[in-house]
Amino acid sequence: MLLEVQDLHVFYGKIEAIKGISFNVNEGEIVSLIGANGAGKTTTLRTISGVRPVAQGRVLFEGIDITNMASHDRVKLGICQAPEGRGIFPGMSVRENLEMGTYVRGYKSDTKAADLEHVVHLFPRLGERMTQLGGTLSGGEQQMLAIGRALMSRPRLMLLDEPSMGLAPMLIAQIFSIVKQINSEGISVLMVEQNATQALRTAHRGYVLETGYVVKTGTGNDLLVDPAVRAAYLGG
Amino acid sequence: MSHWLIYRTFWDLTVSGIVLGLIYALVALGYTMVYGVLRLINFAHSEIFMVGTFGVLISLTKVFGISLFDDGQYPYRSGFVLVAILVCSIIAAMVVSGAGAIVLERTAYRPLRGAGDAYGAVVLAFLTGLIASFLFSDHIMTNLAIAAVITGPVSFGYVRIFRRGRQAPRLAFLISAIGSSMAMAEAVATWGPEQRSVYTTPRVLEKKVLFNFLGADVRIDYVIVAIGAILMMTSLLLFVNRTRLGRGIRAVAQDAETARILGVNVNSVILVTFLLGGAMAGGAAMMFTLVYDQTRFNIGFLLGVKSFTAAVLGGIGNIKGALLGGIVLGLAENYGSSIFGGQWKDVIAFVVLLTVLMFRPTGILGESLGKARV
Repeated sequence: MLLEVQDLHVFYGKIEAIKGISFNVNEGEIVSLIGANGAGKTTTLRTISGVRPVAQGRVLFEGIDITNMASHDRVKLGICQAPEGRGIFPGMSVRENLEMGTYVRGYKSDTKAADLEHVVHLFPRLGERMTQLGGTLSGGEQQMLAIGRALMSRPRLMLLDEPSMGLAPMLIAQIFSIVKQINSEGISVLMVEQNATQALRTAHRGYVLETGYVVKTGTGNDLLVDPAVRAAYLGG
Repeated sequence: MSHWLIYRTFWDLTVSGIVLGLIYALVALGYTMVYGVLRLINFAHSEIFMVGTFGVLISLTKVFGISLFDDGQYPYRSGFVLVAILVCSIIAAMVVSGAGAIVLERTAYRPLRGAGDAYGAVVLAFLTGLIASFLFSDHIMTNLAIAAVITGPVSFGYVRIFRRGRQAPRLAFLISAIGSSMAMAEAVATWGPEQRSVYTTPRVLEKKVLFNFLGADVRIDYVIVAIGAILMMTSLLLFVNRTRLGRGIRAVAQDAETARILGVNVNSVILVTFLLGGAMAGGAAMMFTLVYDQTRFNIGFLLGVKSFTAAVLGGIGNIKGALLGGIVLGLAENYGSSIFGGQWKDVIAFVVLLTVLMFRPTGILGESLGKARV
């Protein structure tokens, strides 16, 4: 098992946002967490990245307990995230944004050029915009940049927070096909989505979150045809 | 009539205004960079400058053994010896100020961010014990012993308070900044040999006039300040723009949480930022003593406020803005005090600030460290 979350509790101030959830991601899988606003999806990803402290429970990565590990050490182990709202550095060029992905590998940059080439191959649009400032990109380009930047760190597990948010339907399809392609290269993906239909079609397995609890789990197809899930998240 | 004076001395005022402005600018860099990464006005930065001037004083008098006067003359040195002394004293100042800034960050600010490291807890527990010990004894050895005994249990308590993830409210950082500023100045005033009086630094450099610029005398110390300040600022800009750590600083300034998610060790980036700001203040401290030959426990106060003004004037968080703000402020002060009289000097600085902020609330250049596309 690549990632294992056991009975996780997370607080925002005095409010308990995650009330004891357990799930896992196997090697080579795409897993989707779906749920409404405030279900705790983003909090879960931020906790796995190590920017929210854990109140109770454990997070294991390849069997190593990373519950209290500093976030930069988690990136070194191979967990990288394309965060909510994309988190593009507005005053850095596209190239600098991408190179931030390799920050954690230090000065040893011999693979940087190859990684850059790989990302440009996946997202030709970024190649055309290399010297442009991150803040001037369109929403779709920013999302590509966020995913490309996470790829630059050579992750084992990629966390994607709402990759389809605010994008046109054509771009959404493109983003999800890229997610599949990344996965086919051997990178496991944990994805959080409000666009449940697309997310479940792309994913091998899914978990349904409701106000801090996991209420349902199954393969992507099982959840797609589940009447309760359809009623609540897929518009009937 | 005083307003005639400005016509006769305009270029003199310009030259000395730029020199003063460059010193403001170097100190302003520390305010602006720390603001960039922490969104915090580090009011104790003025005392980082102050300890730098004492670094110069100690390196000149104790390390090089230079006295204030040799046979009633200034202790001038020349040639290679002079260069060596100047270089060593600026390094001393940068090391003292840089180290001071690091200790300040780890003691006064990091515990408030909930980083939960033991270092800050132990140092704060020791200081708590030291302060408490003065209730019982005035003998320094007894005080230290009491403090050492108290450190153990109290630091255990502090570690629990600072445990990971508990961020203090914004106001706490400000109180901590002002408190450590006062503590540092008063410590020098209390334990320094001259207490609250002025310390004169030995004048090793004979301040000859090098050349004449439109009727203004340009002295050698002015030239050294100008070259030194520009070298330091250029290397800082290169560091921030070209190196991996510099990119880390910009990333934290633009979006600290995303920087963390991408594997930037935010605490070490903050530490490097304090170190750089401190080193710049140390360089400014050496240049200040070179030009004015003196220091004092509260030398940083007014200069710090002015440099902060310069940082806001240029656009807080903006490295080039600090340079521009410093020079504008230095010039405005010099011209203004010539027109209205020297007693108006400080008033003018703040009138300039208020006027600029009325029309451009984000300062002249206005961008933050993160967004500066330098």
